[in-house]
Amino acid sequence: MSTSPSDPSDIRGAIESGRRHHDIGGLDAGPVERGEHAHAAWENKIDAILRLLAHPDRGPLVRIDELRRGIEEMGPGVYDELSYYERWIGSITNLLLEKGVITVDELGEKIETVRARHDAAPPRQDGFGGGTQ
Amino acid sequence: MRVREAFPMGHVRTPHYCRGHVGEVERLCGIFPNPEELAYGRVPQAPLPLYRVRFRQRDLWPDYPGPERDSVEIELYEHWLESVR
Repeated sequence: MSTSPSDPSDIRGAIESGRRHHDIGGLDAGPVERGEHAHAAWENKIDAILRLLAHPDRGPLVRIDELRRGIEEMGPGVYDELSYYERWIGSITNLLLEKGVITVDELGEKIETVRARHDAAPPRQDGFGGGTQ
Repeated sequence: MRVREAFPMGHVRTPHYCRGHVGEVERLCGIFPNPEELAYGRVPQAPLPLYRVRFRQRDLWPDYPGPERDSVEIELYEHWLESVR
């Protein structure tokens, strides 16, 4: 994805132009990729996590509008660098921390546990593990 | 209807490019909780009508090269719309 012409600071850009960083309708963004593409297993997993959190039986713990708000608040640098589902899990993580569903310590410990397991395991063929995730 | 020419800092679902422009209501899509409240975890007050509004492409983009009749439809909540009469 190409970068959009925006100020380095989301807040400053919004004040000066009235346009927030993510609101790029009508700006030049290069050609549209029309082909279908397969989702990696970790992307499907993030989709499933959101559907579970957004289910009315769980509150919902996370609303879709909150997810969008969290993505918009990431700021131009992070917003541009992350892929679609990376933005989702970033916003989901922040929302769960804000709401007290998980703590920073729990998250850090879990990441270390998963990292150690990942480092110790042989390469997998199913899309989980390996790569950048 | 004219879209309000407002530029709030928070989460809204009204694209920047249609603000201040005039379009026609094409249909009422339904009545929904206000996403601008839901986005911040608040319990929405009264639900709002959501309209599908049709704009002429040439009204939105001064240098639009396509046919005059080309249009774009955007779903907009009632509190973003003002009567032009």
